[in-house]
Amino acid sequence: MHVHFTDQYRSGSSLVHRLDPRIKVLCTLAFILTAALLPPGEWIHYGLLLIVPLLGVVVAGIGPGYLLKRSFIALPFALAAITLPFTVPGPQVTLPILGLTVSIEGAVRFVSIVLKSWISVQMAILLVTTTTFPDLLWGLRALHVPRVLVSVVGLMYRYIFVLADEATRLMRARAARSGEVEGHQSGGGIAWRGRVAGGMVGSLALRSFERSERIYDAMVARGYTGEIRHFAPPALSADDYTILVTLLAYLALVLATGLLFAR
Amino acid sequence: MLFLPVQSPPQLHIPDGFLSVPVAAAGWIVAAICIGYALLKTRGQLGEKQIPLMGVLAAFIFAAQALNFPVAGGTSGHLLGATLAAIVVGPWAAMLIMTSVIGLQAILFQDGGLLSLGWNIVNMGILGAFTGYGVYQFARRVTGDGRTSLIVAGALGGWLSVMLGAAATAAQLALSGAAALSIALPAMLGVHALIGVGEALITAGALLFINATRPDLLRAGRAATGSRSAIWVLLALVIALGLALVSPLASPDPDGLNRVAADLGFDSEAQAAPYEILPGYSMPLIENPNLTKIAAVGIGTLVVFGIAFVIGRIGARKKIAA
Repeated sequence: MHVHFTDQYRSGSSLVHRLDPRIKVLCTLAFILTAALLPPGEWIHYGLLLIVPLLGVVVAGIGPGYLLKRSFIALPFALAAITLPFTVPGPQVTLPILGLTVSIEGAVRFVSIVLKSWISVQMAILLVTTTTFPDLLWGLRALHVPRVLVSVVGLMYRYIFVLADEATRLMRARAARSGEVEGHQSGGGIAWRGRVAGGMVGSLALRSFERSERIYDAMVARGYTGEIRHFAPPALSADDYTILVTLLAYLALVLATGLLFAR
Repeated sequence: MLFLPVQSPPQLHIPDGFLSVPVAAAGWIVAAICIGYALLKTRGQLGEKQIPLMGVLAAFIFAAQALNFPVAGGTSGHLLGATLAAIVVGPWAAMLIMTSVIGLQAILFQDGGLLSLGWNIVNMGILGAFTGYGVYQFARRVTGDGRTSLIVAGALGGWLSVMLGAAATAAQLALSGAAALSIALPAMLGVHALIGVGEALITAGALLFINATRPDLLRAGRAATGSRSAIWVLLALVIALGLALVSPLASPDPDGLNRVAADLGFDSEAQAAPYEILPGYSMPLIENPNLTKIAAVGIGTLVVFGIAFVIGRIGARKKIAA
């Protein structure tokens, strides 16, 4: 497995790419918070929010097509809220197509949840497509996420590709040994299959354990003393401040009007 | 065959948009406190090995979540991994490992939201690690040291950790007004009763393998920090969750709640979601209704957790003294 199968970063030198990671993380969080605070049924305001990630991908030169394609990732979870139109009390309408009776308030709330979720995920996608993962970690560290946690995630990121490769080899080895003739049962029952997969997981666990020992030894040999050092954060540029202030002001405006004109 | 770790086990990663801000904030508070404590605990236990060991094991859990086995009709059994990690390295280290896994999935793959990350960490990482570990330790104590005991304890721990995470997720969705608890809870538990079987089988299989190859690792896990407090932390979490689940059921009549709110002078809260932990609760010092809600839900969760934890610790002391 290679980095480009999983890492969504698209290199570039646009304004969005050049923004300080701290600013990008803050903007993303503020955006998602705004979306969450907007009351249900504020369709115009959802549209105003959607403009931000769309503008972002256009400026970054990524193209909205990619964003749209990725953004449906969280959609299956909508199932969790699908009962709202049928359970929320209030005035009801009967749908002309299926003859279902749904509550208006419930339907509005359901569609709002799905839309908000869809809009929020676009901003998160914009963040990772325009920021390299080491930069992102550095931004989180500068924003006072605990140092150990950031280092652990950093080391983890370094090794997911190595261990995912090992997992792929385990799966390939199993597939190579699992002959199947159509119409005949092959292998054991579910418990047997589960145990085989468990054995693979256990084997991967031991290899990871031993690998971590070797990595630790290698780190000590290179002078590791228990601390991973980071660069001191550089000063923010004028562009950084402009973007941060503009976006926060815009979000505040959208939120204020959204709350003010809430039905 | 293309390897896609992006397809991790679905449905427990809550995306953004589903949780209300007060509920999401409460999750972040609980997660932050637990993570802070776990960082201290593992620092003492692992020392300077903390970062390499937990980093590589987090990568391992991430990769292991993609190892699956075919069940039937195109579905497959998966691993979440909190139980296995907790049994091998102890609950506090496992909690941090799961936090890293869930955090990376949210940031890098949008597998779960950023506002909802707090609860996702609690549901799958903290609850998962402590349930799995507590149940495993308890079952081992009851069933002895044999191979069967290992299978039963690992499978039970894995299954229950998934079920508890599912129940917690349903409760948070209900509290946010994103689903009706009467439907979400049975639906989540029903689906995850099956998903949990995959977790149980893989956990037990992995433990058998580790026991046959490196039995010392399992003994080290039993001696890890937090093994004594694990059961009490678990108890505290379960009680807190139980109360959160019961609270909306206890007063299913929203009109009644509104009347109580009006009687007590909290009219501003009248348009609140039908399910809330402290319905109509507000603090006189805070004027902003949203801040009030955040404070109310956060404090409520913490108080319940705190009380349960203290009761648990007192119980533990008595037992040790006796």
